[in-house]
Amino acid sequence: MPVYWLILIVLALAAIGYVAGRARAIASNGGDPRGLHSLPSFYGYNVALSVMTPAFGLLIVWLIAQPIFIDMSVSGQIPDSAISDGQNRSLVMSDVRRVAEGLDILVSEGGMTREAVDGMRTDFTNVRERLGEVGVALGSNIQSFVLAAAQDYRAMARTGTFAMWAAVLLAAIVGFGVSYTKTHKTFRARNTVEQGITLLLIGAACIAILTTIGILFSLIFNTFEFFRLYNITDFFFGTVWNPSFSGRGGASELGILPLLWGTFYISLVALLVAVPIGLFAAIYLSEYATPRVRSIAKPMLEVLAGIPTIVYGLFALLTVGPFLVSVFGKDTVGWMSGGTAVITAGLVMGVMLIPFVSSLSDDIINAVPQAMRDGSYGLGATQSETIRQVVLPAALPGIVGAILLAASRAIGETMIVVLGAGAAAKLSLNPFEAMTTVTAKIVSQLTGDSDFASPEALVAFALGTALFVITLGLNVFALYIVRKYREQYE
Amino acid sequence: MTDATAAPAEPVRKGSLTDADTRTAARNRAEKRFQYYGIAAIVAGALFLVLLLTAILSNGIPAFKRATLNIDFTLTQEQFDEAESAMLKTRVYTDYFIADLSQRLEESGIEIEFNDKGIERLLGKVGGTIRAHYRENPQDIGEPTRFQLAASSRVDRYFKGTFDRDDIGEGNRFIMPGDLDFADALRDAGILTQSFDWNFITGVDTGVDNAGGAGIGASVLGSFMMMIVVLVLSLPIGVAASIYLEEFAPKNRFTDLIEVNISNLAAVPSIVFGILGLAVFIQFMGLPQSAPLVGGLVLTLMTLPTIIISTRASLKAVPPSIREAALGVGASKMQAVFHHVLPLAMPGILTGTIIGLAQALGETAPLLLIGMVGFVARYPETFMQGFEGPNSAMPAQIYNWAARSDAVFTEKAWGGIIILLIFLLSMNILAILLRRRFERRW
Repeated sequence: MPVYWLILIVLALAAIGYVAGRARAIASNGGDPRGLHSLPSFYGYNVALSVMTPAFGLLIVWLIAQPIFIDMSVSGQIPDSAISDGQNRSLVMSDVRRVAEGLDILVSEGGMTREAVDGMRTDFTNVRERLGEVGVALGSNIQSFVLAAAQDYRAMARTGTFAMWAAVLLAAIVGFGVSYTKTHKTFRARNTVEQGITLLLIGAACIAILTTIGILFSLIFNTFEFFRLYNITDFFFGTVWNPSFSGRGGASELGILPLLWGTFYISLVALLVAVPIGLFAAIYLSEYATPRVRSIAKPMLEVLAGIPTIVYGLFALLTVGPFLVSVFGKDTVGWMSGGTAVITAGLVMGVMLIPFVSSLSDDIINAVPQAMRDGSYGLGATQSETIRQVVLPAALPGIVGAILLAASRAIGETMIVVLGAGAAAKLSLNPFEAMTTVTAKIVSQLTGDSDFASPEALVAFALGTALFVITLGLNVFALYIVRKYREQYE
Repeated sequence: MTDATAAPAEPVRKGSLTDADTRTAARNRAEKRFQYYGIAAIVAGALFLVLLLTAILSNGIPAFKRATLNIDFTLTQEQFDEAESAMLKTRVYTDYFIADLSQRLEESGIEIEFNDKGIERLLGKVGGTIRAHYRENPQDIGEPTRFQLAASSRVDRYFKGTFDRDDIGEGNRFIMPGDLDFADALRDAGILTQSFDWNFITGVDTGVDNAGGAGIGASVLGSFMMMIVVLVLSLPIGVAASIYLEEFAPKNRFTDLIEVNISNLAAVPSIVFGILGLAVFIQFMGLPQSAPLVGGLVLTLMTLPTIIISTRASLKAVPPSIREAALGVGASKMQAVFHHVLPLAMPGILTGTIIGLAQALGETAPLLLIGMVGFVARYPETFMQGFEGPNSAMPAQIYNWAARSDAVFTEKAWGGIIILLIFLLSMNILAILLRRRFERRW
């Protein structure tokens, strides 16, 4: 692939630059490295960095900007009249991209020459059939303007890539030349290089901000798109979740309430399992256990945290579900009709959360000052009385914070509910019924071949926004409580 | 605990001072009870772990075994020519095979009736397999050749004990009770045996028609490619960001903003990262769907907070005297960090990175959104294709198998989990060993 070659060429140039810059610096002092301002390697690094930084910066910007630019200009060419009812511009554009991709494959597999592809007309060639031969299946026959747009698309992409090569190589060579000519024994190479490295470090730290911006961008942009197609009050206050699978909207009812209810219900069951077990385990480990017991039991609980959620999901679906059916199913009390249910997912998720609750609470209980315990013992209290009446009340804010963090984990958990909770969106109080959650529906609405323009697919982004806001809110609140509590005893 | 002056009616105690009175006894009982609750909680945790591991092992180990028919078969040149000139070529090969098999059974002293239909139900299309072998390896003609033929999935499950004569429904086209008798006979003759299924480890996913032949190999490769991307990106970026925040960042609003961002990203549900990958990498930047490259990018963003947090902790653990000593002999701050602090912090950084990678390896939800659950039935052809071409990953492949209704795939899913856990376990052990070997306390 050409881009990798470009990267390799720039890297090679940088390596050459290092050697050349170093050599030139030493030569500028008559072969004696002692008279230089900086160590010789700094002169080398200076040239190498001046080659790489502008070249790679330009490359990244170009790679991101070029497809957007081409998309905009090609989609501007498609006349409004050509877009029939029930279609929109983005659908046509995805067709164009697909055809362009297909033509690329056709050329690379040697089915046609580049000239033949550029001169292809729908009147003379059955394009769909030719593309089908190389494995690009198209839903309908290609209209002439789509083919024309795809050919333009290809032409622009080719020029763009060519221009990118030229620009990146030019940037690298200019960087090389400028820094190489500056290399002299009086040049303050170390200061320059260290400034450059500091900038790179800042750039790396900014990735966190960029990720957040990326998340917000991808959620908000598509959520607005969704609310243009679907009524916002129907989404937030609708009590029915019933997406139609035709992909044409209209008939779908996309109310978030049943999903939120399922999410909270399952999380509640999970917390009912995880909080007592986790809390008592933490109390025992921090107050009673001998160092030997602690050194065995603590890692054992942490193993539960290291197991991937897909394993828990499979455990719920194939072991816990059938087991619960055999206990509560038709043969006994008849409460449960299928293995996937709120209780199945909740139970397994609770197991997953035990180490989370226990290790957080453990830290918090350990942070309670020993003086408070000693005071209580001095009054004649037993150890359990001390824990219940002194340690736990003192640790309570922190424990609440830990539970909130666990709740946010439970709400955002995906694989266990996808496999264990079922697919039916219901507003029901019965824990033996199948229900579904926000995360499970995000998965089901976005996997499969739906295009991203229908409300059925876009709703996933709105659900994602809701999930993001809820978990973020819980986290910020919980961290605030935990931090405030820690300060109290420090 | 009681107010002594308010309770004058307390009877005078008789007997030994060491005997506990009723109230003390009750308090001591409460104490014991409380301890037992704690023990019960820990035992419950251990029990869940044992249950989980038992479920995984008992359901997953059969996936590594497979019933295969091992038979030495000799085809003469005349037989080959005759078969190749016949109308139904594979049929002739099947006949040869049946003749050979019945002779072998006779030698073992087992008498059982069987026909070509039964053979097909038991072993699939034997004739085709044999013919394909001899056409590709003509030098084997005339030589005794060992054939390993995989038994059908139902026979396989019959041997593993998950399929019984009672499970054969009325009019089942795929297997008949007589076939199982025949399979028993073959087992007694030592021809049909259970052996280790290498294909499960090296093979690729298959369709429903050949459920038993599905393997996890391609998705292990997909996971491996993703981990390369994650390692190459997240280690330098994570270390660079931590160095900046820990060593250089001034205390100001901007630094606070970065810190808040990192701690919040650590708590964002993984599926939201999947949405990010779908919207930004696939929709917006036009990277290929289902590609390990995109999966690696998403997992990189997900593991970065983990790596940054652990790296900062290990940078913080290096005592300031090291920095000061370096500065004292004339190093710049940058040199002090890169030449002295970073090497000392490296074991901790690597441990954190390995643990972050292990987390990323088991992550499934974001992969579902970027389309890594497709049906991938072949290995990538070139190295670059391994990053860009569609592939699956271990957890996604497990999910995919679990979602299919065939019991054979369920077994494969459990088997896949064993392989996934072996990878995770070895990564964690490596991390622990690294920590033990190189950790320094000041």
